Amino acid sequence: MIRIDGVTKRYPDGTVAVDRLSLDIPDGAITVFVGPSGCGKTTTLRMINRMVEPSEGRILIDGEDSRRQPVNTLRRSMGYVIQNAGLFQHRTIVDNIATVPRLLGWSKEKARSRARELMERVGLDGSLAKRYPYQLSGGQQQRVGVARALAADPPVLLMDEPFSAVDPVVRKGLQDELLRIQAELGKTIVFVTHDIDEAVKLGTMVAVMRTGGRLAQYAPPAELLSDPADAFVEDFLGADRGIRRLSFFPSAELELLTGPVAAAGTGRTAARDTGDAPYLLVTDADGRPLGWAEPGLPTDGPVDPGRLLPCGRPFVAGQDSLRAALDCAVLSPTGWAVAVDGSGRVAGVVSQQAIGEAIRAAHAGGRSDGADTGASAKVAG
Amino acid sequence: MNGLFDLPSDLQHSYLGLVGLHLREALIPVLAGLLLALPVAQLCVRLRWLYPPVLGVTTVLYAIPSLAFFVVLIDYTGQTETTVMIPLAVYSLVVFVPAIVDGVRSVPQETLDAATAMGLGPVRRYLQVQLPIAAPAIIAGLRVATVSSISLVSVGMLIGNQGALGNLLYDGMSYGRPRLVWLSVIGTAVLATVVDALLVLLRRILTPWMPRGARRPSAGNRPEPAVTAGKGAAR
Ligand SMILES: Nc1ncnc2c1ncn2[C@@H]1O[C@H](COP(=O)(O)OP(=O)(O)OP(=O)(O)O)[C@@H](O)[C@H]1O
Ligand SMILES: [Mg+2]
Repeated sequence: MIRIDGVTKRYPDGTVAVDRLSLDIPDGAITVFVGPSGCGKTTTLRMINRMVEPSEGRILIDGEDSRRQPVNTLRRSMGYVIQNAGLFQHRTIVDNIATVPRLLGWSKEKARSRARELMERVGLDGSLAKRYPYQLSGGQQQRVGVARALAADPPVLLMDEPFSAVDPVVRKGLQDELLRIQAELGKTIVFVTHDIDEAVKLGTMVAVMRTGGRLAQYAPPAELLSDPADAFVEDFLGADRGIRRLSFFPSAELELLTGPVAAAGTGRTAARDTGDAPYLLVTDADGRPLGWAEPGLPTDGPVDPGRLLPCGRPFVAGQDSLRAALDCAVLSPTGWAVAVDGSGRVAGVVSQQAIGEAIRAAHAGGRSDGADTGASAKVAG
Repeated sequence: MNGLFDLPSDLQHSYLGLVGLHLREALIPVLAGLLLALPVAQLCVRLRWLYPPVLGVTTVLYAIPSLAFFVVLIDYTGQTETTVMIPLAVYSLVVFVPAIVDGVRSVPQETLDAATAMGLGPVRRYLQVQLPIAAPAIIAGLRVATVSSISLVSVGMLIGNQGALGNLLYDGMSYGRPRLVWLSVIGTAVLATVVDALLVLLRRILTPWMPRGARRPSAGNRPEPAVTAGKGAAR
């Protein structure tokens, strides 16, 4: 565990970048520092590997003052990833990744084979190994940066806005990759960003900092969204925190109706017993959704898919969150969301109203259970 | 009729001998200048306030005509090669210091931060990161220093025949033999061109990491060889 204990950083010009910061960074989890520009995030991160020395207070690594060990030993036990990757432009990709193993005295062959192994882990094609950084895209360079930080298998990874210079699609890919790597390797990751969505998506714990280097709130993301500590945090979270909070509620509790679902051409489509639903969801013979049939559309013969209302992107029952379910319902022309199972077959349909009730129930549950349950279990989607 | 490359005996050398001598007198000072410039430049990088005064002093040194240098030096080192090479070493130093300083400074801050964060100490950082990335700038300086040094060696003819190919020019003019003048002038030019081409080749080999086509990745930070070369030519 990394303990930040009453740490203040005053730069020589008098700027107080971090002001009496105290918090514990849990092992094997992603802790995100988030806040507006200049609030002291980078300074905090750099105090952990002593690129910046605290003016007051101390930082304990597994109970021991970080100043007790030689600074370069400390740094080599912590991977460091920055915006634009900061690759060594004069070294090939493998040699960039092999830097720290080489510093630790590994043989060239061993360091390089480790580097190739890591390229695979971060999703880089092996054919890029002999290239130079200028021959890679920004997203690829960032992956190299992550691989380089992981090369000597350090227990801690420090990441300073690593994904902020790439486009949103690439960023999402890198974020998902990081979550996957984290799940596989169980590293202690300290992540700095100014993007609250990124913080909520990646963080097991999120530390919101305010200008002047003070901690505004330190909590799991679900708790942040449900109970912001003050107006600053609430403002920083943005207008739609209620909607975003739904990401933390699973859709498993939703009651799915199978009554208004029928495969095309079967007798049941003719019966059109849709129960409460005004529309009938027509599927193909395999059970995959084709679209909604309006009342009056003859559905006993072969169905012309062109005459069905589109059902949009369905959500995966049990796996996606209530946010995904609500999104499907809102986007659906019928107001009903389509749920599918893992293989894309229709599991049932659910109305906006039913989702609304589930949300109310989830909120009531989330309150009474406290932060532990709802907060730590993040739901995909 | 003499052969094309036959030389008067007072030169005491064959044509190729003169070429070798010329190269020696030109390149040793460049090497000395480079070795001196490395620590000076590193000091200037570490102590920012030192760079402007150093730059001022070196510019003044550069402005001293080589003849004036020779006149002063002859009292100490006599009519020898050394007297020719010392000013050339100083001129090289003057070219190298800003080339190295600018090259090292052009290393992006985030690259340096990454190096520090990975636990590279100052020495490793300098040798493994800053110097290699500054290599293109340093070689650009090397080209300027080398070419101007090759052209300047000839001035040594004025102090006791220490000008290698320059002596040939002197002979040619004093005996009225245009063949010798051409041999000297063209020889010097070819020598400079060939050495320069070799240095370009060296840079290609040393910096496979530079984008092709874009010869200067961080434009604007490098000394302009054309300008400094112009200064050299005026001497
Ligand atoms: N070396 C320095 N000397 C003086 N002041 C500094 C120094 N580095 C940072 N600061 C100041 O300290 C404060 C915090 O800087 P820091 O870089 O930690 O912010 P940040 O949260 O990382 O911001 P950003 O999101 O813009 O990267 C800022 O006001 C900054 O101007
Ligand atoms: Mg920052």
